[in-house]
Amino acid sequence: MKRAPGFVPLAIVFALFVLFMYGPMFVIFILSFQGPEGGLTFPLRGLSLHWFAKLAEGLGVVDIGAALRRSLALGLAVMACTVVFSVLAGLAFRKKLAGGNALFFIVIASLIMPSIIVSLGIGLEFRLLDGGIKWALEVLGMQDILDEYGTALGLFTSALGAHLTWTLPFGLLIMFAIFNRFNPAYEEAARDLGATPWQSFKHVVLPLIAPSVVGIGMFGFTLSWDEIARTSQAIGDVNTLPLELQGLTTTVTTPSIYAIGTVTTVVSFIVMGITLLLVKLLGQKSKGRP
Amino acid sequence: MSTPTASLPSPTPAPGRSLSAWWQATPLTAVFAVFFLVPLALILMVSFWDFNEYELLPGFTFKNYISIFDGCGNTTEMCVTLKTYLSTFKFCFMVWLITLVIGFAVSYFLAFHIQSQGTQTLLFVLCTIPFWTSNVIRMISWVPLLGRNGLVNQGLVGAGLVDKPIEWLLFSDFSVTLAFVHLYTMFMIVPIFNSMMRIDRSLLEAANDSGASGWQTLWNVIVPLSRTGIIIGSIFVITIVMGDFVTVGVMGGQQIASIGKIIQVQTSYLQFPLAAANAVILLAIVLMIIWALTRLVDIRKEL
Repeated sequence: MKRAPGFVPLAIVFALFVLFMYGPMFVIFILSFQGPEGGLTFPLRGLSLHWFAKLAEGLGVVDIGAALRRSLALGLAVMACTVVFSVLAGLAFRKKLAGGNALFFIVIASLIMPSIIVSLGIGLEFRLLDGGIKWALEVLGMQDILDEYGTALGLFTSALGAHLTWTLPFGLLIMFAIFNRFNPAYEEAARDLGATPWQSFKHVVLPLIAPSVVGIGMFGFTLSWDEIARTSQAIGDVNTLPLELQGLTTTVTTPSIYAIGTVTTVVSFIVMGITLLLVKLLGQKSKGRP
Repeated sequence: MSTPTASLPSPTPAPGRSLSAWWQATPLTAVFAVFFLVPLALILMVSFWDFNEYELLPGFTFKNYISIFDGCGNTTEMCVTLKTYLSTFKFCFMVWLITLVIGFAVSYFLAFHIQSQGTQTLLFVLCTIPFWTSNVIRMISWVPLLGRNGLVNQGLVGAGLVDKPIEWLLFSDFSVTLAFVHLYTMFMIVPIFNSMMRIDRSLLEAANDSGASGWQTLWNVIVPLSRTGIIIGSIFVITIVMGDFVTVGVMGGQQIASIGKIIQVQTSYLQFPLAAANAVILLAIVLMIIWALTRLVDIRKEL
């Protein structure tokens, strides 16, 4: 077959680009399996799981295990909220929604807003809230509670909200893409057969959009799992894994840090794998329907 | 940006009552009200507040803004704020240009040179996979390559091209730009590829039949029709780089100034009003850039 002109140079550009994207990641993947004598660069000194063991023991003062659990918990919460809120909003935007244009504009604005600004704003909001709560407790004379009270900033308050401002725009845009291609005739048929709105959603719409909804879930989890900028000012006293990692880049000088890289990358890929599997299963299920 | 009009993506209307529409949109609306609109309003408000070492002092003062531009009237030496913005703009422009060229070339290759749809999807997914791993990990993965004793220097010294390792590879403008390109080219590829896939292939044949050369077709047909993707990608890359502090921090060895970095440092010293004033200025600049870009294309029409 005759290739169009420009194929060969562009193919080379593409190959170089893929190498550029994957090369460095493979380097740290390989270096994380160094022997106990290994350093941060090549040559590889031995081959072992030494640095993974070191990682499991913890790195100095930082409790990586706790950070990992926090990130997982937050990621799952973000995933659940993103799926539910996006699907509901997607359904809402199919109907006549007063103020829908303004809402859509706000969602897009959140997507392109520099993350540090959103993060700073949420941090400020919760600090002012803390001040308000402390003032109220003092006025009401509830000294015991006031002494106990720390801050409203936290994993499932401010950090969850901060992540949702990042994941929901993606979720909503995916919902638009789904419903743009969705044939309402199925729902009409369900309604003609006497289904209630809930029945037609549960038995007709949901199975049809299920694979994409799983995709939204994956987006939600992985975006949250790697998020730094929006979490940085909005999390309070604890840290998520990416934030700990960012701190570790300046202090840890052993291949342990590459081991963390390998572990987090593996988690990302497991999530993607599970998602693809689910999408495939759900796709087959809906295809198998008569 | 102007207010969205009726050209919003209009999914097929669903049968059913429209009354339930608002409660369905309520959770999403609530999230953006509480975690986006209120915080932005508070930033604006607090940027006019005063502060001391312990607390924020409600009030109305231009002190924060004045202190940001302190010394900027001096013509002999540039003030810190202007220097920082200049440095941020420099990264913005470099990263934008490089990601645009790479993103366009890669998208073009995928959209117009790969005939089989299966291969096309496969190669596209191949490009997006790295996006799913941690940004910090992708940054530090450059360390063993660019470091003083890194692979690149080992190779260069080994090949006899340089006598001693090059120092400027890591923790420099170069490494910051490289990391940005590595992290965010995906944000260019996806929208440009999307735009290119919508171009009617018969237009290319028409151009060819009318005797247009390859370059003429590229410049007069493909580039204008991919404009939306180019603009969307540009908005993503520019807003990310303008506000970034993580990449500049990690890859610049905490030595390079950026406006996001300043905001982050000020909040860590609890100088919230100062940080808020900086955020307001940053936001104004980003909005102006976006406004200028959206003059070039009506994005909502093309979604």
